[in-house]
Amino acid sequence: MPETIATPLTGALAIAAVWLAVGLAGLIPAGNAFFARRLAFPLGALAGLVLAGFGLQAMYVQPEQMTLPLGLPDLPFHLRIDGLAGFFLLLLGSVSAGITLYATGYFREETAGRLTLIVLQYHVFLASMAIVLLADDAYLFMVAWETMALSSYFLVTTDHRLPAIRSAGFLYFLVAHLGAIAILLCFGVLHGGHADYTFDALLAADLTPFWATVAFLLAFFGFGAKAGMIPLHAWLPEAHPAAPSPVSALLSGVMLKTAIYGMVRVIYDLIGGVRWEWGILVLLVGAGSTLFGVLYALMQNDLKRLLAYSSVENIGIILLGLGMSMVFVGFGHTAAGALGLIAALYHTLNHAVFKGLLFLGAGSILHAAGLRNLNDMGGLIRRMPNTAFYVLVGVLAISALPPLNGFVSEWLTFQAALQAPLLEHGVVRSIVPLFAATLALAGALTAMCFVKVYGIAFLGQARTPQERAHDCGAAERIGMAWLAAGCFVLGLFPAAFLLMLNRICVTLLGGGLPDAALASNWLWLAPTAPEQASYSAVIFLVVIVSVTLVAFFLVRRFYHGRVRLAAPWDCGYPAQTPRMQDSSDAFGQPIRHVFGPLYRMHRKLPGPDDPRPRFELEIEDRHWYWLYLPAARLVGWISSKIALLQQGRISIYLLYSFFTLIAVLVFVR
Amino acid sequence: MDHHGFALLQSVFVVLAAPLLMGWVNQCRAWLQNRAAPSIRLPYYTLAKLFHKDAVIARDASPLFRATPYILFGCMWLAGGIIPVLATDLPFAPAADVIALVGVFALARVFAALAAMDIGTSFGGLGARREMLIGFLAEPAMLMTMFTAAFISGSTQLTTIVETLAHREFAIHPSLAFAGLAFLMVLLAENARIPIDNPTTHLELTMIHEATILEYSARHLALLEWATAIKLFAYMTIGFALFVPWGIAEAGDWAALPLAFVALAFKLAVGGAGLALLETLLAKVRLLMAPEFLSAAFLLAVLGMLIHFLVRG
Repeated sequence: MPETIATPLTGALAIAAVWLAVGLAGLIPAGNAFFARRLAFPLGALAGLVLAGFGLQAMYVQPEQMTLPLGLPDLPFHLRIDGLAGFFLLLLGSVSAGITLYATGYFREETAGRLTLIVLQYHVFLASMAIVLLADDAYLFMVAWETMALSSYFLVTTDHRLPAIRSAGFLYFLVAHLGAIAILLCFGVLHGGHADYTFDALLAADLTPFWATVAFLLAFFGFGAKAGMIPLHAWLPEAHPAAPSPVSALLSGVMLKTAIYGMVRVIYDLIGGVRWEWGILVLLVGAGSTLFGVLYALMQNDLKRLLAYSSVENIGIILLGLGMSMVFVGFGHTAAGALGLIAALYHTLNHAVFKGLLFLGAGSILHAAGLRNLNDMGGLIRRMPNTAFYVLVGVLAISALPPLNGFVSEWLTFQAALQAPLLEHGVVRSIVPLFAATLALAGALTAMCFVKVYGIAFLGQARTPQERAHDCGAAERIGMAWLAAGCFVLGLFPAAFLLMLNRICVTLLGGGLPDAALASNWLWLAPTAPEQASYSAVIFLVVIVSVTLVAFFLVRRFYHGRVRLAAPWDCGYPAQTPRMQDSSDAFGQPIRHVFGPLYRMHRKLPGPDDPRPRFELEIEDRHWYWLYLPAARLVGWISSKIALLQQGRISIYLLYSFFTLIAVLVFVR
Repeated sequence: MDHHGFALLQSVFVVLAAPLLMGWVNQCRAWLQNRAAPSIRLPYYTLAKLFHKDAVIARDASPLFRATPYILFGCMWLAGGIIPVLATDLPFAPAADVIALVGVFALARVFAALAAMDIGTSFGGLGARREMLIGFLAEPAMLMTMFTAAFISGSTQLTTIVETLAHREFAIHPSLAFAGLAFLMVLLAENARIPIDNPTTHLELTMIHEATILEYSARHLALLEWATAIKLFAYMTIGFALFVPWGIAEAGDWAALPLAFVALAFKLAVGGAGLALLETLLAKVRLLMAPEFLSAAFLLAVLGMLIHFLVRG
């Protein structure tokens, strides 16, 4: 670690400054935007790697604080780095490094004008996320939070000439602001009339249980809107497909996680005194997001929309871990609470890695083959073998299959749920395992969803002509390989990360995992005690790989390796076409059958004598109809009433000013 | 005997004995259906025949298609090495607890479904879709069954569960009764048995598991069939470990091994005959009813878990 060069705080701040500088440097029009095209993104990726190093270092050293000579008079910016911030900086730096490197190749064919703007907004976005994680007062936090929303809004609306993308951007902006208002109000509640907005002052505020719950609700819904939990998720499936793929990867992989950071920071740290009733609410919302997200993901044909709904599901899984942790902490079981928090934080990191990877894979398909609808894909493994391999890793990881990383965090969440017998409250004790059942169901559905994605997109026969499809370039490949390697490292060596996350728990909760859990070595993951539960991904992988290889060579040795290539078996019907394969709609059919009432379906079935039969199916999100559209109508109605004030005549407005002045004089004497 | 060696020996035993169980089930079923029974060694002959044949592979099969039979075989071998079939003295058993065991089966299922979709025939996709449909309900039901046992014994380690459950006095735990029924339903569904699937049919409209392996032949098919046999063996022995754990030798108790062997043979003989009886008595349900069958299993398993908290037993 570069201890001699910089402390983690100054280092991380320097990286944020580097990102800003790279973004601004891209604007300098050196002829053909050479800097923006060739150097900006690799530099940004390098900065991300260094930031990951500082984040890692921050988890092992004492927290640091700093006051910047910036900001308003008497309201300077405060910065701080501690274990929690360090962990999220590690996430931001390492995941964005892969995505940014990929962006080098992805944006290569943009025109100079657009490219310079993308480079600027992209790096401002990265820098603002870093500042969100470093902020130590509510003022700087909100400034960075809004900068993050604004820069990402511009990135989402990169193709702003399309009306659909403009409206997607608007929806994103709207939800982001509703969330921001809730967060602002939460800080207001915590602040409670003192003149100091630093986190230390907010932490010291002594709240009654009622006001603490109000602050919790505001923080939960404010950050939840950004994280994409139901019912505030509607912007995700609109904004993610609208944005260019590396940006979608950043939004889903990293930005949603800043909301998780905010939740943990405000609820555990600033509000403190976590109550178990809060945990139940978080669990309910988490379970809803998990099931709803995966069921809707299964119905999507647009690959990026599907991935967006899957992000809703994964946020749900994170919330399940967080909720369990809050229930246990609320009842005073710190060790079990630490386990839940570790599961949530680990899934945060894991989701960032594999969802980033999958969005990049979707981007490669979009870029190379111009396809975003699964029903048009097929057989891409033959034209894009490298992309196919990396996406396979992502698919296995997100389906929570051992020995990759998605499994580890689900395993930890299950282990947290299995601590339920500790709870004293009878009803809560039997409710907590039900959330594990929800997670089990969602996990299996995720596997089905991603078998659909991979099977339809990469396997089988091409459903539309794909002469254009080609594998991605070197920069894209390295970017994806980096994230795929992350899936393996996080999956195979979870014990090291467990110890790291335990340090955060000790700081936040005042206690961590039991000593028996910490005694195990790197090979074994045993979060409670080795005789209660353990898992070793390395042994798991070694056994499967060695048996697979031994079986392969034994079969070759004792028998033969003769192969005859032939046409696939046509069942006696030679006129087989690729259209006869399962489509993406067909794959979801059983789920539509089982979970029919959950969807709002419009189907158009062909008639029996239709010469060109076409089956059309549209699935709509029910939340639009019970929440968003009524809310929009209500706002419309209120504003039409308020509009009565607007008469458009100067004398009327002067009259308003007069009355306001009188009112002010009466109240402020 | 070194206990690492024992673990290896046990997994080899599972792999070698699995086709015998398959043969026994087929034999029993033939008897029950008044047919002349094939030899109990028939599965071995079938495997030997398949290994000798030339593999016929579709022209545009991807490497995934060729690798899958080996991966499936590896997954099932691992399962055979973790489950306390004869003894609980398995040094590598801690590498995967019951949750990871369910994960092994899920890994195998995902690869099987992907390989089925690789060639791009209509049956492959159909089979993959149905296989995943069965899986998405069977897997959580299985997990909840495991959780009931885990709550009773305070551990998700299969070896610890067996040692705890074998030492309690014989009593009917209501939670375990629910879990047992759910587990039986999952076993039938996951191993492509009646009433969910029929292992002996290739009828297009109804087949599930057979549709996924339709494109395979020769050594690849042999490995897949073998993996299927190991899977049945593994599920049976998981069931024994959870619900009738008596007779499984404990760590370090080598003298108990012969007894464990006899107990296992007895349990397998009864279990296999029972499976054949079930398959003779039941009729295959319509495919669209399969989710109902399995959601019943899932709810039973969840109920079992709740009952554990209600009555503490």
